[in-house]
Amino acid sequence: MSNSLRLLPVILIVWILIAFAWRLIQPSDSTVRSNLVNREVPVFTLPAATNGRPAFGSADLATGEPRLLNFFASWCVPCVAEAPILERLKQQGVKIDGIAVRDTPEGVAAFLERNGNPYERIGSDRSSRVQLALGSSGVPETFIVDGNGVIRFQFVGPIGSADTPKILQELEKAR
Amino acid sequence: MRIFAIVFALALAAPALADSNLPPSYWAYRQLPDPKQEARAQALMEELRCLVCQGQSIADSDADLAGDMRDLVRRRIAAGERPDDIRAWLIERYGDWISYRPTAEPIAWPLWSAPFILLIFGGVIVAGRVKRRRS
Repeated sequence: MSNSLRLLPVILIVWILIAFAWRLIQPSDSTVRSNLVNREVPVFTLPAATNGRPAFGSADLATGEPRLLNFFASWCVPCVAEAPILERLKQQGVKIDGIAVRDTPEGVAAFLERNGNPYERIGSDRSSRVQLALGSSGVPETFIVDGNGVIRFQFVGPIGSADTPKILQELEKAR
Repeated sequence: MRIFAIVFALALAAPALADSNLPPSYWAYRQLPDPKQEARAQALMEELRCLVCQGQSIADSDADLAGDMRDLVRRRIAAGERPDDIRAWLIERYGDWISYRPTAEPIAWPLWSAPFILLIFGGVIVAGRVKRRRS
């Protein structure tokens, strides 16, 4: 057996250890991103999530100007933190529609009562059907849909005040 | 029955970080009445990744979203859709990552060729030993 072949196991072990160390230093990103960015919003219609706002469907999205599509839920704690940011975006003229995931009319009403209501329409997605159809994997999550009904951007997690410039910039890009 | 009771108790006792208050979707914890369809659904669910507990299949996970994905799979199988079409629908949205079954894409070629490479490697070693013993 040649010497280099004898070294092979050592090289393999070192290589595996380096791989471990690399992943420890740089953990992999477990964010799930939708593959539907730059594709048309899949067709869906949802019943109204609460009395205060009309029902919501994909037909309401292609309005000629970009809109935010926000997945939220009354049982979602980060959504509470996101609510005032959405409110501020609304005051800046951003059009926002909501999809309440796995929620009840009472739950949604109480959530909006407490945290404000920046939504023009809110659809109720009781078994996450539309969430799955859009390639989304949790709440809160926000999509930017342009005037032709094409998804242009996906934001995973709660939008913080530091993220609003990015959102406004992406909205401008989608115009 | 006992296992069912334990599973049920666990499901009740799971105060997970962010779980909704709604009951699970209809087909999340219910088998399809047609055993052939249920077998097809089960096989597919074992090969689909849970989006919440990313190391688990949706057949194993108790996350709300995994339940909703099982509901989606069973509903579509019951409607006569082929498992491969459902898998393709999900891959279109989430990428190959959602399916545990390795793809035939170039990225998986090293994986598919690994058994043959190992076989050749073993053959070379055996051949070398046999030769040495002879000489």
